[in-house]
Amino acid sequence: MTSASQAAAGGRLKPGFAEPVHGAQQAFRRILQAMARPGTLQDCGRDLDPPPGLSPAMAAVCLTLADADAPLWLAPALGSEAVQGYLKFHCNAPIRDDAREAAFVLADAAGMPALDACAQGCDRYPDRSATLVVEVPSLAADGRGAWRLQGPGIASTASLAVGGLPGDFPARWRDNAALFPCGVDLILTQGHTLAALPRTTRISDPVEG
Amino acid sequence: MSAHADSLAAAQTVEGYNFAYLDEQTKRMIRRSLLKAVAIPGYQVPFASREMPLPYGWGTGGIQVTASILGACDTLKVIDQGADDTTNAVNIRAFFARTAGVATTTRTEEASVIQTRHRIPETPLTDQQILVYQVPIPEPLRWLEPRERETRMLHALGEYGLMQVSLYEDIAQHGRIAKTYNYPVQVSGGYIMAPSPIPKFDNPKLHRNPALQLFGAGREKRIYAVPPYTDVRSLDFDDYPFDVEHWDTACALCGATDSYLDEIVTDDAGGRRYVCSDSDYCDRRRQAGDTGAAR
Repeated sequence: MTSASQAAAGGRLKPGFAEPVHGAQQAFRRILQAMARPGTLQDCGRDLDPPPGLSPAMAAVCLTLADADAPLWLAPALGSEAVQGYLKFHCNAPIRDDAREAAFVLADAAGMPALDACAQGCDRYPDRSATLVVEVPSLAADGRGAWRLQGPGIASTASLAVGGLPGDFPARWRDNAALFPCGVDLILTQGHTLAALPRTTRISDPVEG
Repeated sequence: MSAHADSLAAAQTVEGYNFAYLDEQTKRMIRRSLLKAVAIPGYQVPFASREMPLPYGWGTGGIQVTASILGACDTLKVIDQGADDTTNAVNIRAFFARTAGVATTTRTEEASVIQTRHRIPETPLTDQQILVYQVPIPEPLRWLEPRERETRMLHALGEYGLMQVSLYEDIAQHGRIAKTYNYPVQVSGGYIMAPSPIPKFDNPKLHRNPALQLFGAGREKRIYAVPPYTDVRSLDFDDYPFDVEHWDTACALCGATDSYLDEIVTDDAGGRRYVCSDSDYCDRRRQAGDTGAAR
């Protein structure tokens, strides 16, 4: 459905960044910080009002990074016409049916595809790999079941409590890390908060307490 | 360049260009490359480098990276061989003052983004700062293997024997590893990386630096990165450990014995003096009352 027909159908297209140039720049710096300092929480997309199903932080990631050269894949929970119309209009990004063809894989925690069902890159070009953007029910610096994170970008250890992901996610993430330099990177969003796990981040067992 | 001239340039922001010169689609392309570069430390991400309004070799890669990260609230510092007042540094600083209207500074600790040609500032960087390097040849194996197909395969296999042999041949010929700049490093136990032509004196500062380090090579169309607090090891041998340059003199202006010194020829009779290459570091020491032999 095109944005024009969506508008005709009575659904009003939601706006993107109030100032596209500076909005995207500010969001990018937060995303870059998150990727460079895994486990840190970044405030992102607070001034956005995307359609239901798309959180402000996830919308900010799309508006900042997706375009005609960066295809998207959407989980069923994000498949509404309002969300598709929003992304097509503001990003002009192709939406693929096969997650393997997407540069950015957008999902909720329940609808997240298997990590190895997304583009992995190859040994010569590991950058040709997907970035998963996953909306989770809760995202905090610490709390029950918080992970201990180690790796590049972390001075000693960092801690991140993520709700809603499958219980075996740390094991799946270890499998992803074993593919280095190939593998996927992960951006976790919750409302207007965002954190990232690059493929180099190691998750160890939950912190006790 | 004086603070007055800088503010004058900032007041005259040019019209007809997007913020920070590059168009938004180009910035998105570079931003996606930057994120993958951070996620794969030391790996050279290919990117669609644009023509810039200055020749290759003058920092086109660094400028494109800076333009893609720079925001209206940033304070930019640009250095060339450590100095804020050299042609390349003055030009690039004026370029961003005119196209982005950002604040500029020469003080290392005031800057949020520092673009550098061939030095790392002496003043320790913080976790609030981003250091952008201008890179001429991003491929550390290029002088050993000219074919890109092959070097890419060597990186993929982690096959770095060529580099070890090259360092060994230095020892066999000269009795030491003769590389003094662009000294190869291994990032986080993985990729071997060219740190750009910084003196090997600066290599220890790459290791576990709190700042994010981004590298842009415009002509060669590559971007790579070292995330904060990441292990960066200078290649060496157990019996020929890595070592940095030492001087048996101090800076002639500020008396510093812990900074990288440039040799300045002062006359036709063999006169010379050594001064700090980092002009901000030297200025600040002199302002604090430190003096060298020339004062």
